Amino acid sequence: MSKHHVTTTINGEPTEYLCEAQQSMLDVLRDELGLTGSKEGCSSGDCGACTVICDGDIVCSCLMLGVEAEGRSITTIEGVAQGDKLHPVQQKFLEHAALQCGFCTPGFIVAAKALLDQNPNPTEEEARYWLAGNLCRCTGYDKILRAVMDAAEVMRAEAAQ
Amino acid sequence: MSYLDKAALKIVGTRPIRPDGVDKVIGRASFGADYTMPGMLWAKVKRSPHAHARILKIDTSKAEKVPGVRAIVTAVDFPDIPSEEAFIGEGPMNFRDLSRNCMARDKVLYDGHAVAAVAATSNAAAEEAVDLIEVEYEVLPHVIEVEAAMAPDAPVLHDDMFTQGVEPKPTKPSNVAKKITFTKGDTAKGFAEAEVVIERKYSTKPVHQAYIEPHACVVAVAPDGQTTIWSSSQGQFMVRAYCAKLLGVDMANVRATPAEIGGGFGGKTLVYLEPVAMALSKKTGRPVKLVMSREEVFRGTGPAAGGTIEVKIGAKKSGRIVAAELVLKFQAGAFAGSPVGPGCMCAFAPYDLDNVFITGYDVVSNRPKVAAYRAPGAPNSSFGVESCLDELARELGIDPLALREMNAARDGTKTPYGPTLTNVGYMQTLEAAKNHPNLQIPLGPNQGRGVASGFWFNIGGESSASVHVNEDGTVAVVEGNPDIGGSRASMAMMAAEVLGIPYEKVRPVVGDTASIGFTFLTGGSRVTFATGMAVTQAAEKVVEQLKSRAAAIWDISAEAVEWKDGKAFPAGANAGSFEPLSLADIAMKSGRTGGPITAEVSINAQGAGPGFATHVCDVEVDRETGYVKILRYTAVQDVGRAIHPSYVEGQIQGGVTQGVGWALNEEYIYDKNGCLENAGFLDYRIPVASDMPMIDAVMVEVPNPRHPFGARGVGEVPIVPPMAAVANAIADAVGARMRDLPMSPPKLRAELDEQDPPRMAAE
Repeated sequence: MSKHHVTTTINGEPTEYLCEAQQSMLDVLRDELGLTGSKEGCSSGDCGACTVICDGDIVCSCLMLGVEAEGRSITTIEGVAQGDKLHPVQQKFLEHAALQCGFCTPGFIVAAKALLDQNPNPTEEEARYWLAGNLCRCTGYDKILRAVMDAAEVMRAEAAQ
Repeated sequence: MSYLDKAALKIVGTRPIRPDGVDKVIGRASFGADYTMPGMLWAKVKRSPHAHARILKIDTSKAEKVPGVRAIVTAVDFPDIPSEEAFIGEGPMNFRDLSRNCMARDKVLYDGHAVAAVAATSNAAAEEAVDLIEVEYEVLPHVIEVEAAMAPDAPVLHDDMFTQGVEPKPTKPSNVAKKITFTKGDTAKGFAEAEVVIERKYSTKPVHQAYIEPHACVVAVAPDGQTTIWSSSQGQFMVRAYCAKLLGVDMANVRATPAEIGGGFGGKTLVYLEPVAMALSKKTGRPVKLVMSREEVFRGTGPAAGGTIEVKIGAKKSGRIVAAELVLKFQAGAFAGSPVGPGCMCAFAPYDLDNVFITGYDVVSNRPKVAAYRAPGAPNSSFGVESCLDELARELGIDPLALREMNAARDGTKTPYGPTLTNVGYMQTLEAAKNHPNLQIPLGPNQGRGVASGFWFNIGGESSASVHVNEDGTVAVVEGNPDIGGSRASMAMMAAEVLGIPYEKVRPVVGDTASIGFTFLTGGSRVTFATGMAVTQAAEKVVEQLKSRAAAIWDISAEAVEWKDGKAFPAGANAGSFEPLSLADIAMKSGRTGGPITAEVSINAQGAGPGFATHVCDVEVDRETGYVKILRYTAVQDVGRAIHPSYVEGQIQGGVTQGVGWALNEEYIYDKNGCLENAGFLDYRIPVASDMPMIDAVMVEVPNPRHPFGARGVGEVPIVPPMAAVANAIADAVGARMRDLPMSPPKLRAELDEQDPPRMAAE
């Protein structure tokens, strides 16, 4: 069975790869491209640990095929920080101790970034429902929500300048 | 030395950013499945589709022909290990059982039990080959529920299981592995004095630890037998010991490196994959990667025990309890070893009772072997006892906090299981709960408030740590416990506090089994206590060396040097007049004053202070659907001394949320053939962000004098009270007493329908 040639953009970089027809985007990221920041927690779209942004929308990369990335733009956790400058969501996750084991963290950060890109001023309830597709078993979500709400405030202040 | 004076602390008690944090927010941290090696093979496990069956034949011939397949292993590739109590895990375990849990021999004992494994050049080839392995089974009758498994006519899992703790010794095998009892005083006499007796039966379901990271490992066995294991576990030394034993090799030939661990909660205190990958690597001569799917995690690992809890409490009308009895029947899963012992011991531990009788049964059935889960055993028995206390409080018309205060354990209380409690902060948690502003918030219709308390022993044990001074005066700390929730930060903080240098100058790492002395696994809420003690002592030894090096530079005696704020000073005028020497000054000259400055300490830490918690939960019940919304949650806990308060709060908030899941949603659903029907996160529903409110974690600090900074374990007791707190809140809200977990919408709705039968539309 021959592989498919895919031309896409990942974290702003033009990227080409070969993948099997049945290979998920998550497997392509992790096994073909070495981008292991996206995690596999369930492979069924239930846990959100593999969340990436595809053309502005969050998707579970385990539910997307590698071939579907053709011509699109994908942002993974590795592309959230700008060089050595952490994204405000990343910085606030650290300051609020919003991670314990850290395994769900990449998915939460990608999902939260997408939320704040679309809605700079979410209510706590909106943020909770937006993040309801990301499972965390360690934190009880309290500090994650505080980090996201705090990051939103920082980003609004930055945008106002 | 002791650092109990909180006002004198500069670093301990602050909230710095964890040293491993950046790697984890940028996706660089390497977890179990993130590791690869050159020439690595991919492996998959073949699992039983039957709950109980004899393995008649395993035919691998078709699977071997799949292109890319390099090896297949079954039980014959592992030594047949005799029965022997294991010494290394968190819960009770037997090496023979562990070996057979990793790879079934003769019989499969649960749906999902491993029967074979394949290593191939790709994941796809391994998966294809697994499907082509043909296993011929003789299906046997199975049993899932604990009381059914105890019935005289139940299918017996193990022909050689004769109930221990029963006189005379049974002549017939059964599924009851063990009966245990604990007695204090005379309950017959106590109940005779009682003015009110409440006797109730409760039940809990087995629930999965549900860490988000599935089990994963990479194992490489070299031709000379030297083995490298990279895996996600709660203890690299546990992995080393189990793998060496199960494969029959010397520990010296096994080096286990802990990956970052994506959650464990007790569920990663055993091995499932590492011995299998090791056998495959040995057979192929190539590194082997083995990762579970989520379905495999549910079918093949954990869960926590479930079981029944029968509680009988006798009291005076004043509320003073005069007698208490408890019978626990716990699920062990396919092999003996449920946490019924700690379940028995923790149940009444928060109370000072004269007459107690407790019986526990450890029962096997055709489910996965249970693993530890956060305060193993205690949440089950406490759900029964704390619910029953609430029923007693309602019967007597006494405030539930006042009832607990009246009966609370204090310093000097003798527990029903023997030891006398010291250093008890339970009353302080009740006091703080009573005074919390959340308790003044008025409740609306269908809203209720529930109170429950909990106890967990906390443990100490064997820990090693080393502290190395770098040439520029910065410091490396090496410790032996996988960091499951921010413990690197705590270790660095304690070392920095002792050395008197900034937190950022200390970088902690978790060593592999060849890099640091033996350290018992991350569990039992022991790391900050025991390993923190080892780090503190190692840092103190380094301070002693720094003082003697300064003395050598100044040519005075070491006793004439004092260490303060990260610098050596002459201790008074008689010592002489010298400019202070900083850690960096001394480090730079260490080559000329005796060589590198390092210290390693190995201890068996004793005196872990007990953990007590009191939780108050407010709920609102939707009468139409039976849905329970958590409105607010106040979790008070004696934490000894919070080294890094944010991570202590995090432990409390996480434990509460897991408890809420256990209370309201989580359960295993089996079909009539004993196969698990909800082996995924869609149907096994753990709490999500929209299910929870913010959780008010209230830290009470009653310092533990046996720890240099006063720390006591904090990770486990927060999961003990929530189930009863939620049940008691539901009873308060709508008068429905839910005695069987989970209190899911259909069950609560059925209770409400009984209160107020639904009328037909025609009526």
